[in-house]
Amino acid sequence: MSFRSAVVTFPGSNCDRDLAVALEKISGNECIRVWHGDADLPDNLDFIGLPGGFSYGDYLRCGAIASRSPVMRAVIDAANRGVPVFGVCNGFQVLTESGLLPGALLRNSGIRFVCRDVTLKVENAQSLFTSGYEAGQEISIPVAHHDGNYHADAETLDRLEGEGRVAFRYVGEVNGSARQIAGVLNAAGNVLGMMPHPERAIDAKHGGTDGRALFESAIRGLVGA
Amino acid sequence: MKVRVHVSLKSGVLDPQGRAIHHSLEGLGFAGVNDVRAGRLFELDVDESVTDEALDDMCRKLLANMVIENYRIEKVA
Repeated sequence: MSFRSAVVTFPGSNCDRDLAVALEKISGNECIRVWHGDADLPDNLDFIGLPGGFSYGDYLRCGAIASRSPVMRAVIDAANRGVPVFGVCNGFQVLTESGLLPGALLRNSGIRFVCRDVTLKVENAQSLFTSGYEAGQEISIPVAHHDGNYHADAETLDRLEGEGRVAFRYVGEVNGSARQIAGVLNAAGNVLGMMPHPERAIDAKHGGTDGRALFESAIRGLVGA
Repeated sequence: MKVRVHVSLKSGVLDPQGRAIHHSLEGLGFAGVNDVRAGRLFELDVDESVTDEALDDMCRKLLANMVIENYRIEKVA
């Protein structure tokens, strides 16, 4: 089996290694590390990961400056060609700022940084990233963010719900997100952004392994392993 | 040329920071404050050759997130 993945590192990313390790452990293949200033991505990628962290110190808006970096032009082109792109936490913020996903992530409604395990409900278990879960399944995944309050206008939210593009929803109040949305897909289903960190829940030593199925889903979906 | 760009949240977008500032003002004993919305001010020093269209483009492409924010360009001098 060959699974060719890459993780982008922006200045201030701090979960890039975690994401690369998760991809390597679960796929058994090396994950290529890409720097934000690179104008091109490696050829023939099966999967692109945008990691959590505080790119550019969250200056201007979270993810705003990273989303305008050279490598993002290549990521946007790849996403538009159908290459799977997965953004976690700051990576989700980069995806909304780049326009690959709708909406925006605002400061948590309770002002505080939230760092704990949360329960997520799997809303769409048929996507590339979620087929390893059951619809309605509840999973435990850590969050660690200050700006995870998902916002979009009512029309956009209705469209996301109607098209099955809400991948995960929080069970209970976490950050004020509209309709408790924790993760959304693009229209084609090859781009997923989510605030919780599945890469921090892939080994029993993490305290849980509910994040594994997300990576297993994508890898199985892409290489049929 | 000095240009000020005022960026503010669209009405209807929740502003937790504004709410916290409002709460703090009340805590200091200031009465009669009905609402607080926090925004951002950018001061740009640009060449005279920079067009209004280019300024608009800067706001739309970077300074403001059009999903949640509005902007207003003010030429100072």
